[in-house]
Amino acid sequence: MSETITLEVLRYHPETDSEPHFQRYVVPYRDDWVVLDALNHIKDNLDATLSYRWSCHMAVCGSCGMTINGEPKLSCHSFLRDYRGKVVRVEPLDHFPIERDLVIVMDSFMEKLGSVKPWLIPKVEKPLSAGEYLQSPGQMQVFHQYTQCINCLLCYAACPQIGLNEDFVGPAALALAHRYNLDSRDGGRDARAEVVASNEGIWECTFVGACSEVCPKHVDPAAAIQQTKISASVGWLKDLLTPGAHR
Amino acid sequence: MSRRPYIRKVERNWWIRQPRYISYMIRELTSLFVGLYCALLAVGLVRLAQGPAAWDGFVAAFSSPLGVTFQLACLAFAIYHSVTWFALTPKAMPLRMKGEPVPGIVIVGAHYAAWAVVSIVVLIGAGM
Amino acid sequence: MARSNKPMLWLPFAGGGLVAALIIPVLILITGVLVPLGVLHLRYETIAAFAHNPLGKLIVLGAVALPAWHAAHRLRMTAHDLGLGSGIAIKAACYGTAWLLILAAAGALIAV
Repeated sequence: MSETITLEVLRYHPETDSEPHFQRYVVPYRDDWVVLDALNHIKDNLDATLSYRWSCHMAVCGSCGMTINGEPKLSCHSFLRDYRGKVVRVEPLDHFPIERDLVIVMDSFMEKLGSVKPWLIPKVEKPLSAGEYLQSPGQMQVFHQYTQCINCLLCYAACPQIGLNEDFVGPAALALAHRYNLDSRDGGRDARAEVVASNEGIWECTFVGACSEVCPKHVDPAAAIQQTKISASVGWLKDLLTPGAHR
Repeated sequence: MSRRPYIRKVERNWWIRQPRYISYMIRELTSLFVGLYCALLAVGLVRLAQGPAAWDGFVAAFSSPLGVTFQLACLAFAIYHSVTWFALTPKAMPLRMKGEPVPGIVIVGAHYAAWAVVSIVVLIGAGM
Repeated sequence: MARSNKPMLWLPFAGGGLVAALIIPVLILITGVLVPLGVLHLRYETIAAFAHNPLGKLIVLGAVALPAWHAAHRLRMTAHDLGLGSGIAIKAACYGTAWLLILAAAGALIAV
């Protein structure tokens, strides 16, 4: 008999279940399979009722985030060979309501993301005929890492402060706000500060650093938030020392 | 189909779940010992203001076995605080020189150098 | 939502964290190890002379007040982390204790 591996998957069907429960599946073990391949095998061959999100299978779309053996991971980026000889426990991402099985409700994140205005707010609007807003490679380098975010929400699942206060704007949204604040073409820092530097923004962060450790794209939200704390504090001091004067 | 999202509660002991949360909690609890040692310093200043006899009594108290045991615990946590604080400085205060990012190890190293200088100055000032 | 006044609490926390990291270990090394071992003697005259100097007063106050604030703010956050709440009682206990230490130290430095 060929080698197998056991998956323990958290199931929740809102129509029939009062609370989630684990279900075990035994799937073929393949060296080149990731956890997502195992889930697809279950869906295609063992249990068509299993629900989960996925799309690209190559760590680009950010859809297949799950808790795998306690750690927030992209299931397309987690090889079965790293769990060989163990049971693989697959749960939905922490800190989000479960819609069904491994599918989470992410409405709260979509709202937070929009609230930090993650788009270019030019200092002076130019007509289209005036051409592009130019930027040197050096100016781009300053914020480049923060553009890599794929909104996979692993950082929200890793962040204890999200668990303790669901209104916290959270790592990915604050990192994206920082990305635009750092952009040489942007003048929207003040507009973003209403949310970013509010009580539910950067100040809820206690620099656990877990967000940056779990990020599959090597974005560093923890660093972004601390830098924003410093710049927001400098702005606050300036306002204090020069009352009336708008930055 | 009806929607009925299931909300999982965060356990009070969430921080025991993972090693990274445990080391975070130890880092945060260093503040308890930093705070307690600040209290010892404040008491020392009050005793200093009360004159030589009170000061000598204070020195005798913190040199007692109990005083030393307490302070050794404070020392361990204070050093843990210093190490973890310096380790995070490149994230909070990234520097760029001539457009290039300064390597994190240089920023951390500068903090260790400052730590050494402050320590030596204080030791010399105290009469070493 | 509105911009927060948290920098008022956070700036002394961050400054205090740096000051504590730089100076607290060597202070404990002196009072907790070198003096009890008899390697070093903290004579009243030496310490009092330092505390008489205005600059000395400022340095000593900074070395006590900033780390004390740092500790108070971090403990308040940790209380929240541990599920002990974040209400007025926790805030009063943490910042109140810090203010008590700071005022005691400042009073003693003025009196000395």
